[in-house]
Amino acid sequence: MDELTQGMPLVVFLIIGTIAVASSILVVAMRNPVHSALFLLLTFLCVAVLFVIREAEFVAAVQVLVYAGGIMVLFLFVVMLINVRHLPEERVMSRFWKGGFAVGLGIFILFAALVRPGVYHDPNPNTKELRTVRTYRMRNVRQADGTVIRKRVARPRVVGNSEAVGMMLYRDYLVPFEVISLFLLVAMIGAIIIGKRELSADEEETTPAFILERTETEREVKESFSA
Amino acid sequence: MTTLAAITNPWMHYLIWPVVKFSIAFIIVQGIVAAMNWIERRLLGLFQARLGPNRVGSEIGIPWGLGQIIADPVKFLLKEDIVPSSSEKVAYYLGPILPLVPAFIVFCLIPFGPPPTFAVTSNVNVGLLLILAMTSTVVYGIILGGWASNNKYSLMGGLRSAAQMVSYEVPFGLSIVGVLMLAGSLELEEIIRYQERNAWMFIPQIVACFIFIVAMNAENNRTPFDLPEAESELVAGYHTEYSAMKFAFYMLSEYSMMVVNCCLIVSLFFGGWTLAMGGFGLTTAVLKGWGLLGGLLGTLIFVTKVMTFMLVYIWTRATFPRFRFDQLMDLGWKFLIPLALANIFVTGIVVLAGGEWLLSVFGVAVIVAVVVFMMRKPEKVSRKVMHASPVSEA
Repeated sequence: MDELTQGMPLVVFLIIGTIAVASSILVVAMRNPVHSALFLLLTFLCVAVLFVIREAEFVAAVQVLVYAGGIMVLFLFVVMLINVRHLPEERVMSRFWKGGFAVGLGIFILFAALVRPGVYHDPNPNTKELRTVRTYRMRNVRQADGTVIRKRVARPRVVGNSEAVGMMLYRDYLVPFEVISLFLLVAMIGAIIIGKRELSADEEETTPAFILERTETEREVKESFSA
Repeated sequence: MTTLAAITNPWMHYLIWPVVKFSIAFIIVQGIVAAMNWIERRLLGLFQARLGPNRVGSEIGIPWGLGQIIADPVKFLLKEDIVPSSSEKVAYYLGPILPLVPAFIVFCLIPFGPPPTFAVTSNVNVGLLLILAMTSTVVYGIILGGWASNNKYSLMGGLRSAAQMVSYEVPFGLSIVGVLMLAGSLELEEIIRYQERNAWMFIPQIVACFIFIVAMNAENNRTPFDLPEAESELVAGYHTEYSAMKFAFYMLSEYSMMVVNCCLIVSLFFGGWTLAMGGFGLTTAVLKGWGLLGGLLGTLIFVTKVMTFMLVYIWTRATFPRFRFDQLMDLGWKFLIPLALANIFVTGIVVLAGGEWLLSVFGVAVIVAVVVFMMRKPEKVSRKVMHASPVSEA
């Protein structure tokens, strides 16, 4: 029996799940961008709790650390820099709401069909099995006919959550992981190049030489002036 | 109902015990914070050759101005609570409350003493990561408060805080990785046990320890890094518009996070509740052998170490002038992060090669060098400079 469907985890799941769904709806419904960002934060935290219920503590902690601690702070940072207090009172419904509604409904039905017990559900909801890591060793193995051969022997071991994730990422899925990190690196370099633009000739004239020596980008020059 | 059934009963497990633990943590934090307020003001006074608050309570026989501990909260409670009329109300009220929540949750995850007795802990398999995650959400209170006040200075304070937190989160997390590689666990208990078997982590991980101390000062907006509330530039930064108890809440969360970070540094680098290295001394096993007394002693050792690092915080505050913002960013991104990455790289190679003792040798060498540097003869200072004579209380 799945532990989600009984007892206290079920109660917690129902409460937190409701909050998560409600707050994610409020993210798009709020008129004030900062309020939207705050509800997005609440959604992230609720999802982290859902991970904990499924005994994926590592993913939960990383969810809070990365999304709530890093990305949302940057979101808020940008929203506040732009300083949009309220959006103007426009029509709330987009003109394409019918199409959007249809797509949303379709995806919902798809998910509902997939998550139906027995189809997508773990056939064996045994977390121990998920957390089992196999280390391979070369061992001398005595065959039935008495000859001894060297053979790769798997030694299964139940480990903690983070160790299991580490083994998955850095051994079983090492190549995809590295490819993804390369993609992220490309995106990061792109962002830096977009953010860093050359000074115009006019600005270069008016900027004192000692600042130009020290700093290169326009933003840094401005910071040096204001400091 | 047997005792075991009472403990494993879901209501007890999910509701009663967490509430009890949370209350204990709450009371402990309140006590330390109240005491720290007075200790900090007194010590800052001594550092600056003045007296500090030494009067309150002397009429009714309370020595050393200890009455200040009660007088301050009373003052906060009785002051007028001014709410700016153009502030964003929800966020304005949420601002001071929000950072308190992670601060108190973290206290439920820290092992204060040897396991069975005084650890007010819910033993999570990824404990350290969860603590890091919680501490990283403290910044929301500052950002929100700064934004909701509808004041340019407050907004600047909030923005500075956001940029600073995001920047120093990185070296803060990276500095711990070396420790994790050596101890091989994310549980604070396991890390402390590793330290009592081998050496306290500040010896093999001296670089990480340095980065951690700098980054935790920055995370807490303490003086060399107190740009979010820089009083000479931003009035009072993010809490300019906060008065009375709301302001006190900001102070409370700041000091709570200081205590949290001190608990972290004690558990990660300075042996937690043990006074043992290489398996000798007051190890967990010895403390456990003494039963309740050992548990109390372990907790006492832990709290003493934590208070020592609180004093280091105050010492830092009294010693260093404030950074400029571009210097702050340079220090974080161009110095601390490369240093932390190099530390991880070297530690990884050494651990793989199986030569952990090399790290300890390096650590001892660095510590000796620093001590020699600090013990050198001071340069001659002209005696004619007029300065206040060190004040001692009669």
